[in-house]
Amino acid sequence: MAKKLAIIASKGTLDGGYPPFLLASTAAALGFEAKIFFTFYGLQLLKKDLSLKVSPLGNPAMPMPVPVPNLLQIIPGMEAFATWMMRRKLKQKGVASIADLREACLETDVELIACQMTVDLFDFQDSDFIDGISHGGAATFLEFASEADITLYI
Amino acid sequence: MSDFAAEIDTSGLNCPLPVLKARKALSTLASGQRLHLIATDRGANKDIPAFCKMTGNALVASHESDQKLHFIIEKG
Repeated sequence: MAKKLAIIASKGTLDGGYPPFLLASTAAALGFEAKIFFTFYGLQLLKKDLSLKVSPLGNPAMPMPVPVPNLLQIIPGMEAFATWMMRRKLKQKGVASIADLREACLETDVELIACQMTVDLFDFQDSDFIDGISHGGAATFLEFASEADITLYI
Repeated sequence: MSDFAAEIDTSGLNCPLPVLKARKALSTLASGQRLHLIATDRGANKDIPAFCKMTGNALVASHESDQKLHFIIEKG
């Protein structure tokens, strides 16, 4: 029997998007059956248009070239700058893009489940999302998670 | 290094790409055939043995030369 990995992805930022896709694609490579349940802001990770951002605001642990006080981080363009910096760094260090890791998940049959309640809550359309995903609710996740060897909330 | 049926060079690529690429390359091989995997990701030193252990493939040999990690994996 294959081991099972169940993940709830609740974050829709550039940094928050990595762990679910990275762990699920690796788990699939290790022979796991893996499912990710995308809820609230995590739904952004299923959009066709992956314009994910990272914000240094309220995140004192984010390495910056020069220290930027919180008060200055509200200046327009700071978020775009931080996102640009992070993307450049990821590329320089040979880290896969989120789109690539998502593709690896689809290739290895990781099930990507959109939380129907939050899809309705945010008025998202099916056409906003990539093909190959499914929809489900709390019971869908819990049924799978009840048999999972590893369960993560990210 | 011993003979191998396929070779992939993941130099410059970071976690988890060496593992993902190893899986893909091994899926094209028959049982008993060997893959030569080259990596510069330091984490591969631990990740490739873990990958082999979990997937029933055998890590036949590994060594480091010119700052590159070399693994010979035999498909189980």
